Amino acid sequence: MADQKTNKEQRYDRQLRLWGDHGQEALENAHTCLLNATATGTEILKNLILPGIGAFTIVDGHRVTGEDVGNKVLWVFMVLYRPNRAQAATEFLQELNSDVSGNFVEESPDKLLDNDPEFFHRFSLVIGVQLPESTCLRLGSVLWSAGVPFLVCRTYGLVGYMRLVVKEHTVVESHPDNALEDLRLDQPFTELKNHISTYDLDSMEKKDHSHTPWIVVVAKYLENWCNEHDLQVPKNYKEKEAFRQLIREGIRKNESGAPEEEENFDEAIKNVNTALNPTKISSAVDDIFNSEQCENITSQTAAFWLMARGVRDFVQNEGNGSLPVRGTIPDMIADSDKFISLQNVYREKALQDAAVVAKHIQSHLQAVGKPPESISEQDVKLFCKNAAFLRVVRCRSLAEEYSVDSFHKDTITSCMDSPDSEMVLYLMLRAVDRFYQQHSRYPGVYNYQVEEDISTLKLCVNSLLQEYSLNVNVKDDYVHEFCRYGAAEPHTVASFLGGAAAQEAIKLITHQFVPFNNTFIYNAMAQTSTTFQL
Amino acid sequence: MADGDEPMAVDVGSSGDWDGRWSHVQKFLERSGPFTHPDFEASDETLQFLLETCKILVIGAGGLGCELLKNLALSGFRHIHVVDMDTIDVSNLNRQFLFRSKDVGRPKAEVAADFVNSRVPGCHVVPHFKKIQDFDESFYRQFHIIVCGLDSIIARRWMNGMLLSLLVYEDGVLDPSSIIPLIDGGTEGFKGNARVILPGMTACIDCTLELYPPQINFPMCTIASMPRLPEHCIEYVRILQWPKEKPFGDGVALDGDNPEHIQWVFQNSLERAAEFSITGVTYRLTQGVVKRIIPAVASTNAVIAAACATEVFKIATSAYIPLNNYLVFNDVDGLYTYTFEAERKENCSACSQVPQKLQFPPSAKLQEVLEYLTENSSLQMKSPAITATLEGKNKTLYLQTVASIEERTRPNLCKTLKELGLADGQELAVADVTTPQTVLFKLNFTS
Repeated sequence: MADQKTNKEQRYDRQLRLWGDHGQEALENAHTCLLNATATGTEILKNLILPGIGAFTIVDGHRVTGEDVGNKVLWVFMVLYRPNRAQAATEFLQELNSDVSGNFVEESPDKLLDNDPEFFHRFSLVIGVQLPESTCLRLGSVLWSAGVPFLVCRTYGLVGYMRLVVKEHTVVESHPDNALEDLRLDQPFTELKNHISTYDLDSMEKKDHSHTPWIVVVAKYLENWCNEHDLQVPKNYKEKEAFRQLIREGIRKNESGAPEEEENFDEAIKNVNTALNPTKISSAVDDIFNSEQCENITSQTAAFWLMARGVRDFVQNEGNGSLPVRGTIPDMIADSDKFISLQNVYREKALQDAAVVAKHIQSHLQAVGKPPESISEQDVKLFCKNAAFLRVVRCRSLAEEYSVDSFHKDTITSCMDSPDSEMVLYLMLRAVDRFYQQHSRYPGVYNYQVEEDISTLKLCVNSLLQEYSLNVNVKDDYVHEFCRYGAAEPHTVASFLGGAAAQEAIKLITHQFVPFNNTFIYNAMAQTSTTFQL
Repeated sequence: MADGDEPMAVDVGSSGDWDGRWSHVQKFLERSGPFTHPDFEASDETLQFLLETCKILVIGAGGLGCELLKNLALSGFRHIHVVDMDTIDVSNLNRQFLFRSKDVGRPKAEVAADFVNSRVPGCHVVPHFKKIQDFDESFYRQFHIIVCGLDSIIARRWMNGMLLSLLVYEDGVLDPSSIIPLIDGGTEGFKGNARVILPGMTACIDCTLELYPPQINFPMCTIASMPRLPEHCIEYVRILQWPKEKPFGDGVALDGDNPEHIQWVFQNSLERAAEFSITGVTYRLTQGVVKRIIPAVASTNAVIAAACATEVFKIATSAYIPLNNYLVFNDVDGLYTYTFEAERKENCSACSQVPQKLQFPPSAKLQEVLEYLTENSSLQMKSPAITATLEGKNKTLYLQTVASIEERTRPNLCKTLKELGLADGQELAVADVTTPQTVLFKLNFTS
């Protein structure tokens, strides 16, 4: 048993460093459904199976064709002897990771929607690949009502497309790339003030002076500044420069009057700009506090909102308008003792604040009749540590995107001001769907069809634009190009999308990192991409 | 495998191909279109070229390499070589999908080649369980396109230098047939990049060296006497305690892949940390610091390798204008890509024909020259060996990589350039792991 665990930890080591053991656990408890084991579909699943997703189920009613076998992931011999795509794909993919359990259903998605729509309710996430528009919309509606996240993917020639459909997705651990530190220098809490007051820079020995953390240096100089400037922190460039100069003058000098090397003071000067940023709550977090779910706590309220409410209560009371202290400080030149004791001041305050938040949460739990264990101390601590980075993603439904009454006309029109923007690729995908609806096939699949289909496809484009009263120009070149594609699914484009989609799926499952919202288009011709909200 | 009596779902013809096998690819080769490369001509010969003639070299059979081999094999490329000097480790299995548990310990290149050759009829991958430096121009010259999935900047620069050395100039004009396009991909966690390099024409690896900031190491005084982070404690044990205590015997170096070694480092790091009341030392962190582990997942490698393979296809077939010339990808928050044209550096030490200058006063010590070569952000050499022609003879001024020569030439570091007999305008030849060819510098004395 112990050996097995270590083996899994070894196997997944490189990814555990990104989403941690708890992220891995969430992944291993997830069950995803893939509709259509095409090249794109199998690539997506491959990138979920390798990191150890709990289970997958492939729904596919197609029989294997020579084309399928041309562009799919190396399962040739197995596939050659399995006539149906669902089974063939499942068997190959299973090979990639024996920890994952794979199932297949030999049925078309439409039939399943007819006979057993609740089939889809059991999944953590449904991924629909190369679905015709009507099937996509039907499935979208079922999953929207059931609250199951839906990721639509398609590869069409050299174009990749993804659409995320999820009503509300909360993220505690967004892991932002460039997070500002939470140092509270503009409004030091009591314990920090007390700690700073134990330092007397002027009377310190040289060694101590040059190994004092820059946070303390800035805090000290800030105290003096505020006393002389009506308690105002340096605000503009001029004031900040004057402040930096003050610190510069504080560097100890040797016998000949030249400044000594004091790296900690250099760090202080360098960090003045960001250190003096006012402590404030971002609009994203404010929006979370002002959400309806945060306001009205019921016994159905999810943990995220209960905790958000706890933090909001803290902000409005004990926090005096600020979030609970994060508790971390960056590394800086200092001797071990000074650094650790400063770090502990922040850490202890963070723990204190988290405990207060926990109390608020407990009183809400009690008020709605839920047991105190519903939300663990660990969860509260993690939430408080990430309070400044909370994110909520809400996607519009497919119905809203497609309805003439609610589609995003402005977004589409303004993007099309640049006629080669990825938006034209979106419109072309909508147009080929229209073509499929009318002719039960995609344009240009066979060579002899290409020329004629160009004019037919152009009619579809025009009827699409007319239906939505879109006054935009779709260049003929794109109509030609999309006929040329003949609904091909080239492997490299499918593979790009396979990686992109799999990571979005992992974000949805682990609730870590932030998913896109809500339409992603990849142009393999130009190697560019854009995300639109439609 | 399957029972011989079972009927095949798809009819495999005698050529190993079957109906529809390449239809996804053919649409781009046999049909004209509005966005194709100006040189493109729709024809059924291009597919034949891909299948029968085009030769691709894949460097690296790891996270990117496995994906690249699959992508190329399924796009019609059948003559592929792959070079990788590594063997398979358990921690590779979360993304290097051509490998299974039973393959741990075997050479990556060989297992990868076996897998593709047995699963993709007609595809012939030739493995090389070697370092890229084990080959010379005669090997590299045979390929139409080279695509790299490396995890080392040094190796990239070496490859870059190798392809630059193959360029032929006639009367100062570059012969285009001597250009071998280099597609380079790199990933780290959720970030990645893909670039197209046409040696002698577009920006090369060294032109954009500043894009790769040098690795930051903790200052020795922090490690030795004032640790603050758990990482400092681990580095203390690795750099100072291990060489002193030689816990596994004389001359036994710390092996990051040996769990016993890591366990020893871990325990001692905990003790060191406890001394300073530092928390946070874990086994995982210890291993990460000792091995300089970079987190990795299947998805980012899939995206970057796919972008690279698309470029290989475009260049091999002229189907579309290739990426010009750098793509950046990041999917931490949504999905972000940025495409731009990296510019050639006028005085690039690798690809410009401009002689490199060294400006020093004659009283400068050789040590200063050495530091310049390693610390300058455009050069970033690792362990340069400096030679000069003095009194008609080739003299090694300093060389680090051979212990006996290092010892012999070390005193030169403290000598001034004048003392060493160097003159103004003198040429110095510098060799380094970052380039297969020596770089010539011209020494200019400043006052």
